Amino acid sequence: MALSGVDLSVGRGEFLSLLGPSGCGKSTILRLVAGLDTPTSGRIDWAESERGRKGRPRDVGFVFQEPTLMPWARVWDNVWLPLRLKGLSKREAAPRIEEALESVGLAEFHRAFPRELSGGMKMRVSIARALATDPSVLLMDEPFAALDEITRFKLNDDLLRLWKDRGWTILFVTHSVFESVYLSTRIAVMSGRPGHVAETIPIDEPSPRTPAFRTSPAYADYARTTSDALATAMAAPAGEETAA
Amino acid sequence: MSETASIDAPNRQRTRKRLDRALRIVLPLIVLAGVIYGWHYVVKANAIPPYILPSPELVLTTLIDERALLLPSLATTLTVTVMALVLAVIGGVLLAIVLTQSRIIEYSIFPIAVVVQVTPIVAVFPLINIYIDDHLTKILLCAWIIAFFPILSNTTLGLMSADRNLKDLYRLYHASRWQTLRHLLLPAALPYFMGGLRISGGLALVGAVVAEFVAGTSGFGSGLATRIIEAGYQLKIPRLFAALALISASGVAIYVVLSIVSNLVLGRWHESAMEGRR
Repeated sequence: MALSGVDLSVGRGEFLSLLGPSGCGKSTILRLVAGLDTPTSGRIDWAESERGRKGRPRDVGFVFQEPTLMPWARVWDNVWLPLRLKGLSKREAAPRIEEALESVGLAEFHRAFPRELSGGMKMRVSIARALATDPSVLLMDEPFAALDEITRFKLNDDLLRLWKDRGWTILFVTHSVFESVYLSTRIAVMSGRPGHVAETIPIDEPSPRTPAFRTSPAYADYARTTSDALATAMAAPAGEETAA
Repeated sequence: MSETASIDAPNRQRTRKRLDRALRIVLPLIVLAGVIYGWHYVVKANAIPPYILPSPELVLTTLIDERALLLPSLATTLTVTVMALVLAVIGGVLLAIVLTQSRIIEYSIFPIAVVVQVTPIVAVFPLINIYIDDHLTKILLCAWIIAFFPILSNTTLGLMSADRNLKDLYRLYHASRWQTLRHLLLPAALPYFMGGLRISGGLALVGAVVAEFVAGTSGFGSGLATRIIEAGYQLKIPRLFAALALISASGVAIYVVLSIVSNLVLGRWHESAMEGRR
C-alpha cells in the first residue's frame, strides 16, 4: 500500500506543495488526482465545475519531472498536442499556442526541435504545453528537480507570475524545503510507508513573492518550521498516524 | 594563445568531421581496389583459365557484352525484390500494430511468426510449389517470408517503447486509441522501423534470389539466379561472375538508398541521423 489515510482539501487558487522524502507517495497522489491511477479505496471529489468523465477532472495540466516532449515534433507541435487531441486544427489552436509560448518566453523558438534546447528551455516548453488548454488545475511532479539552481530560481519566479495571472490551483510535488516555502500558500508535509500527510503548514506571506523573499527572516523561519516538521514526520515510526 | 585555440576549435572540428566522412567512403574503395588488383594479379601470374577463375577485366567485358541478357534479368530480380520489400513493410507494420493492440493477441500470434521465420524457406518451398501455381506469386511469397520478420519484430519493439510519461499525457487528455497510435506510437516506432527496413531490404534480395534458385524458371521472365544456374551448367564462368557482381551491386545499392531514406525521414530529431556520429 502506497498511501493511507490521506485527507486533503485544496481550495480554488491555492498553491499547495506536497513535500516529503522519496517513496512517500507524493507522485501517487498526483496521479490519483489526475485520474491516471484509480485508488483501491477512498475517493477524490471535484467541485461541480471541474468534474469530467469517468471520475477524471475536466481539465488539468500535468507537468512531469522530465520535460516529456515528443522528440520528433517541433516546439510548436509539442505545445499543440493537447489542443490537437481535442480536435483543434493548427489554425484554430494557433493563438493559444502562441500565447502559451509567449508566456514562457519561447516565442522565437517555436520551430526548434526538443534536442536543440537546453534543459530549462525544454521544461518551459513542457509548461507551455500544460498552459495551452488553459486548465484551472495544474499538477506538477517535481518539475524543476533536474535543473540547475539558477534556472530553477528563474522558473520558480515565472511560475509564480503565471499562477498569479491565471488564477490557477496548483498541486506541486517537491522534495525541496526551500522551493516549497518560496512557492506555496500551503505545504503538506508527508511521510512514508504508508504515505500520509503528517502536517500542513500555511505560508502566510503576501504574493507576488520576489527574490528578496528568499533572504528575508520570515523565509528563514518558515524554512526552519518546515524542516522541523519534515524531520519529525520522518522520525515517527512507520505506520503510526501522527496527529494532524 | 588560448584565444586562437578557441577560434580554431570549431573549424578544426568541422575539418575533422569532413575528413572522417571522406575516409568512410575512400577506405572501403581502396580495399576493394586492392582485392580486385590481387585477383587480377593471381589470375595473370598463374595463367588460370577463365572457366576456373576469370580475370576481373573479363568479368567486366562479359557484363558489357552480354548486357542484353543480363540487364532484363537484373530488372526481374529487382522487381521481385522491391515488391517483396513493399509487401514486407505493409505486412510487417500492420501485423505489428495488431500485435501491440493487446497482450492476448501478441502472446497468441508472435510465436507463430517466429516459427515461420526460423523454418528455412528452402525446406518449405516444395510445399509452396504444390499449393501455388503462379510463378511470380511463389517467388514473392518466399521473398516476403524472409523479409518481413525484421520489420515485424523491430516495429513491434518500437511501438512498445514509447515514453511512459507521454502515454500518460495522452491518457490525461483523453486521446483516442487512433490518436495515440497516429501521433505517439507510430512516430516513436519510426527509428526502430527504419533499422528493420535496412535489414529487410537486403533480405528481400536474398529471398528473391533464393526463391528463384529453388523454383527454377517458368513463365515469368528469368532473374539473375536463373542466369547463374544456366552459366554454371554451361561452364560460362565469366557470365556467372558478372551476374554475381550485379547481385552484390544491387544489395549495396538497396542498403545505400534505404540509409539515405532513413536519414531523411528521421531528419533532425533522432540521434542516429545526427551529423558527426561515430
